[in-house]
Amino acid sequence: MNDAELVRALQVGLPLVPRPYHAVAEALGAAPGEVTVRLAAMLADGRVRRIGAVPNHYALGYTANGMSVWDVEDAALAELGPRVGALPFVSHCYRRPRHPPEWRYNLFAMVHGRTRAEVAAKVAEIAALLGARCRAHDVLYSTRILKKTGLRFGI
Amino acid sequence: MDELDRAIVNGLQGGFPLCERPYAEAAARLGTDEATLIARLRALLADGTLTRFGPLFDAVALGGAFTLCALAAPPDDFERITAIVNAFPEVAHNYERAHRLNMWFVLATEKPEGIADAIRRIEAATGLAVLEFPKLDEYFVELRLTA
Repeated sequence: MNDAELVRALQVGLPLVPRPYHAVAEALGAAPGEVTVRLAAMLADGRVRRIGAVPNHYALGYTANGMSVWDVEDAALAELGPRVGALPFVSHCYRRPRHPPEWRYNLFAMVHGRTRAEVAAKVAEIAALLGARCRAHDVLYSTRILKKTGLRFGI
Repeated sequence: MDELDRAIVNGLQGGFPLCERPYAEAAARLGTDEATLIARLRALLADGTLTRFGPLFDAVALGGAFTLCALAAPPDDFERITAIVNAFPEVAHNYERAHRLNMWFVLATEKPEGIADAIRRIEAATGLAVLEFPKLDEYFVELRLTA
């Protein structure tokens, strides 16, 4: 077994059997303990982000999904970005490039809520946190999922 | 969804044990038993509450690449443009959003150089400019949705 084979075997998920790591090892023709050893190493170096349940936002009622975008002073981002990212309702928070004049925003924070009003209230909290160092912001609500295949790593 | 389902969804989004009987160990933490936890996970996956259960891989750390892109599709041509963009296997997710830039999609490729190539091909196929929004810094800690 190599790591690529392990990734491929686990992309669909962990087997729902009492000894799931042994089952994967057996399927890949490896020793029973090899899968946990490799996964522990992958967790340590970040190739595995976490092991657990991946909930479906929509099934949990989080049907309002707003991509909030912010024009923040570049010099303030290193301090403010992590504070926005630490808010419990922000799922993804990134610095991304501006594309002037079409696009002035450099901070993206994905906010999930059960209604647009809930998302708007959360966005107002972010605005309060950023204060005067944010010059403008917008919220792009998703109106439709056009495609969602999940990431496939064909390695 | 009852109390136990909620405890599973809220409590098992990370930290699933790496040991011989991980379901048994996780079940004990949740105040249940191995067989019940496995049955509940199977049901939560079947009814779509969970999209998957297992390790969440980082595509970039594994040597791949992904990036966010956007384009402005003419509203009266939106469906045709959607079909063209979605036909690219590199397009992993695609969302319609209420903005002049009304189509936002994630490109995932096995190699970093595949991103620029996919963008060129999408621009050629749609006749529209694609804006690229690669992540330059990442600030979030971890997603914790509560059920």
